[in-house]
Amino acid sequence: MGETKDDVKLSCRNLWKVYKSSAAPYFKSEVGKTGVKELSERMREDGAIPAAADVNFDVHVGEIFVIMGLSGSGKSTVVRCLSRLIEATHGEVVLDGEDLLKKSDKDLIDIRRHKMGMVFQNFGLMPHLSVFDNIAFPLSLQGLPRKEQIEKARRVIELVGLEGRETAYPRQLSGGQQQRVGIARSLAIEPEIWFLDEPFSALDPLIRRQMQDEFLRIQRSLRKSIVFITHDFLEALRIADRMMIMRDGQVVQMGTPAELIVNPADDYVAEFTEEVPMVRVLKARNVIDPDAQPADTMPEQDSERSVEQLLPLLASHKDGIRIMRDGAVMGVVTAGSVISALAHQDTHRGAEVPA
Amino acid sequence: MNHLRPFTLAWCLLIALTLAFLALQRWAGWLVVYPESWVMPITPLLNSFMEWCVDVFGPFFRAISSALSIPMSAVREFLNWLPWSVTLTLVTFAAYAVSGWQLAIFSFISVLYMVVIGYWHESMNSLALVAISVPLAVLVGFALGTLAFYSDRAERAIKPTMDLLQTVPAFAYLLPILLLFGFGPVVGLIASVLYAFPPTVRNTMLGLRRVPQEVIEAGLMSGATAPQLFWRVRVPSAMRQILLGVNQTTMAAFSMVIIASIIGGTADIGWEVLSTMRKAQFGESLLAGIVIALMAMVMDRITAAAATAEPKEPVLDESFASRHRMWLIAAGLGIGVALLAQVLPFLNEYPRSWEIFPARYLNDAVTYIVVEFADLISMIKTAAFFFVMLPVKIGLQETISPFTWGFEFTTTLKLAYAAAAVALIGLTAWRRGMMAALFVAFCATLLYFGLTRLPWPTLLAMATLLSWQLSGPKLALGTFLGLGFIIISGVWPQALLSIYLCGLAVLLSFAIGATLGILASEFDGLSAILRPVNDTLQTMPLFVLLIPFLMIFKIGEFTALLAIMAYAIVPAIRYAEHGLRNIPAHVIEAATAIGCTRRQLLWRVKLPLALPVMMLGLNQTIMFGIAMLVIAALVGTNGLGQRVYIGLGDGDFGVGIVAGLGMAIIAMIADRMTQAWSQKRQQELGLSSD
Repeated sequence: MGETKDDVKLSCRNLWKVYKSSAAPYFKSEVGKTGVKELSERMREDGAIPAAADVNFDVHVGEIFVIMGLSGSGKSTVVRCLSRLIEATHGEVVLDGEDLLKKSDKDLIDIRRHKMGMVFQNFGLMPHLSVFDNIAFPLSLQGLPRKEQIEKARRVIELVGLEGRETAYPRQLSGGQQQRVGIARSLAIEPEIWFLDEPFSALDPLIRRQMQDEFLRIQRSLRKSIVFITHDFLEALRIADRMMIMRDGQVVQMGTPAELIVNPADDYVAEFTEEVPMVRVLKARNVIDPDAQPADTMPEQDSERSVEQLLPLLASHKDGIRIMRDGAVMGVVTAGSVISALAHQDTHRGAEVPA
Repeated sequence: MNHLRPFTLAWCLLIALTLAFLALQRWAGWLVVYPESWVMPITPLLNSFMEWCVDVFGPFFRAISSALSIPMSAVREFLNWLPWSVTLTLVTFAAYAVSGWQLAIFSFISVLYMVVIGYWHESMNSLALVAISVPLAVLVGFALGTLAFYSDRAERAIKPTMDLLQTVPAFAYLLPILLLFGFGPVVGLIASVLYAFPPTVRNTMLGLRRVPQEVIEAGLMSGATAPQLFWRVRVPSAMRQILLGVNQTTMAAFSMVIIASIIGGTADIGWEVLSTMRKAQFGESLLAGIVIALMAMVMDRITAAAATAEPKEPVLDESFASRHRMWLIAAGLGIGVALLAQVLPFLNEYPRSWEIFPARYLNDAVTYIVVEFADLISMIKTAAFFFVMLPVKIGLQETISPFTWGFEFTTTLKLAYAAAAVALIGLTAWRRGMMAALFVAFCATLLYFGLTRLPWPTLLAMATLLSWQLSGPKLALGTFLGLGFIIISGVWPQALLSIYLCGLAVLLSFAIGATLGILASEFDGLSAILRPVNDTLQTMPLFVLLIPFLMIFKIGEFTALLAIMAYAIVPAIRYAEHGLRNIPAHVIEAATAIGCTRRQLLWRVKLPLALPVMMLGLNQTIMFGIAMLVIAALVGTNGLGQRVYIGLGDGDFGVGIVAGLGMAIIAMIADRMTQAWSQKRQQELGLSSD
């Protein structure tokens, strides 16, 4: 398709969703002039509910973009505005350079049929259809011949590992199995952009963990552009390439997981990061010692390795480890730099991110 | 309790006024009895309106009528032409396909009974009406339900109309249909469509509403267009609920088809029951009644099983034959048996000489019982009549005489009654508070003077006050206007007679039913016995319930009372048991852990918590009682039911419809009051979700 990793797939610009009361007057005169916070405040005073307030972000091709927030933070509203299950009050959603919010109903159906897939928290399976027919449902809506439906559905059934359960009905399956059906259904049309709305929140912790691994495995082979919603900070850290934290409809902070942990924008974000096992989240590139010089005797490690993985090597190589990126030396990690980075975390949250 | 003050005062005032009006009765009779000369000419007005309707729209309705009569007679002839053996085979197979062997055997025996007893063609004539009216009713119901789902305004119009159609007694709208559509079986068809479509509307709405938001969203994200979303996501997801509606619609249609046979000229099974009942051939009417009951049960079980059936595991690369296997087998069986019937003629037309019709033995048995136990029967009857029914109806004041109670109601005794009443009121006020004391005072007054002798202005005011107390000004206004309509249209005395009979039946049914329900919730064995009995009583068309009581106690109010109770007791039992069995387990566990005995657990934890649900049972008991009241008019009651019946018999539209509306009004007021009370309690206890 000629898309590369840096291309923007989906872009959300100044997105607002306001419930109750007509908010139109605000958008004629005040957006852009008044600050987001003040404007939201004023809307609330007028009895309106700004569920999403001036949300901006880009999703790059092949990237997992996670929106994290507690219930009522507006994350589900945002993803529903992106897929137009809810009509946004103001703003733009640009998919492949075209504003989705301006599309006609007919075009929208076409886009949903060929470009978008969505997975739901409670699976959203059709109770009257078998596993197979649920998965083939989007294909049959398009009126594809049965043979082609079977062929395409078979492929995703294999991908999510549901072989042998095709004739079961949703209520006969466990939660994890049901969500596999949901995932397979959303992938059956080979979407380019994939929305997942808290896909694992309704599952038991152990199954959740397993499904996250499955999800990452699938993503490694498919390289979709993904918007993933969750209320679980640890899940976000595991999965995200980049993430965004929302609160009361507003974006609190956006960045890579490491950036967020190392440098939380405010106490709200900091609270989430408190329980996070730093050694797992911090990457080698986050803890480079600016003073150390690389030497040929030092072992080499990739910059994306977690600190936890570096620890055994550091124990045997007191002078440090060379950190490589794209074949070149990026810097050196020493025991001292790791300790000070970790210590830094616990004492001075909000300090500078090590380069 | 402070907010109750004004109500307490108002109740005191109303009871005092009642006594005052009764005292002044000799000088100002209008205070107690609504004068004849004040009655508004509503009945004649309605009659001339109807005449005008018939003149203007008559041809239009008659055109519909003749259009409908074509498919009707086609189905009728087809069902009568079809060899009984084929019908028997197909019904049995259908029962097997949707449920299993048990239902198949039951269906087989039921259909065979119809054949052997010799009511085959009558049964098929009834079935033909059902076969046409159910699809029509489902179609209308589905369309209206969908409309109401999408448009709030449509819902606001449809809901009260349905309430009215289902609470106005069926007899009352047979007449306008008769006048508009002309005489014939089509009347039964139209009436049963009108009566039967509301359950489909309700369940369609409910089903469509209950489709989870995420399923809709999943449909949208799969790229469904608006029609695809409706037909391929919403409707199939709601199908189970819709089918439950179809089951209820079928039962309603069937019961109306039976009721409509009162018009005659249809040669169906309902007519058979009625005409034999009128000739006091109770054995015959019981045998025919059993046919109706069996038909009802078979239809109910098959449609209910179809609604709740688990879908079979599909085969992926399915061929036409494997996808439609069941249909192909059914067709094969049908054709096979039909061919066999050509060879063996008794499979085609069941020979008359093979029929078994034990009516005579039944009649003899009944006669034997009635003669042998004549004393006991008449004792039960008179005891109930003199000591329970009459006091409530016309009061102790008029009931007690040497002829009835064996002694005179002397002034001394009257004073003693008054003294006892005052003492009881005082005791209640001291132990239970003012409201309870007022209730006792009202009961004492009622028992002394009789419900039908109480002054209309204070009864109207009391009903209005009660509505206000239970729900609010809106219901109070509705009650005032509704009862006001009954009063000014001149059917107040009949309405009181209906309320008396129905009220008594409801009270007794609820007392007995709730007790049984409570016992059933404690003892699984009793529950297992009661369940099939309840199921049977509930699916039984109302007519049939009359027969056994009629056989033994003959015509009269007591028979009516028993018949109403037999039908109205079912919801009282069911709701009581349901309410008690569905109390949150953690509450019971907590109470047990604290150390409640079984008795304490029941009285101090379970009953208070189950009370709102039991009140819903009371609500249903009242509704069932009112429904049965009209049917019971056939065995000799006075009141609104009888007026409806007279209206139908004389072809007097106004009389019938005023009485019918009166019953609907009473039903709706009672419904809203009990619902409001139950909801209030439920919210207070935090048990309701909304």
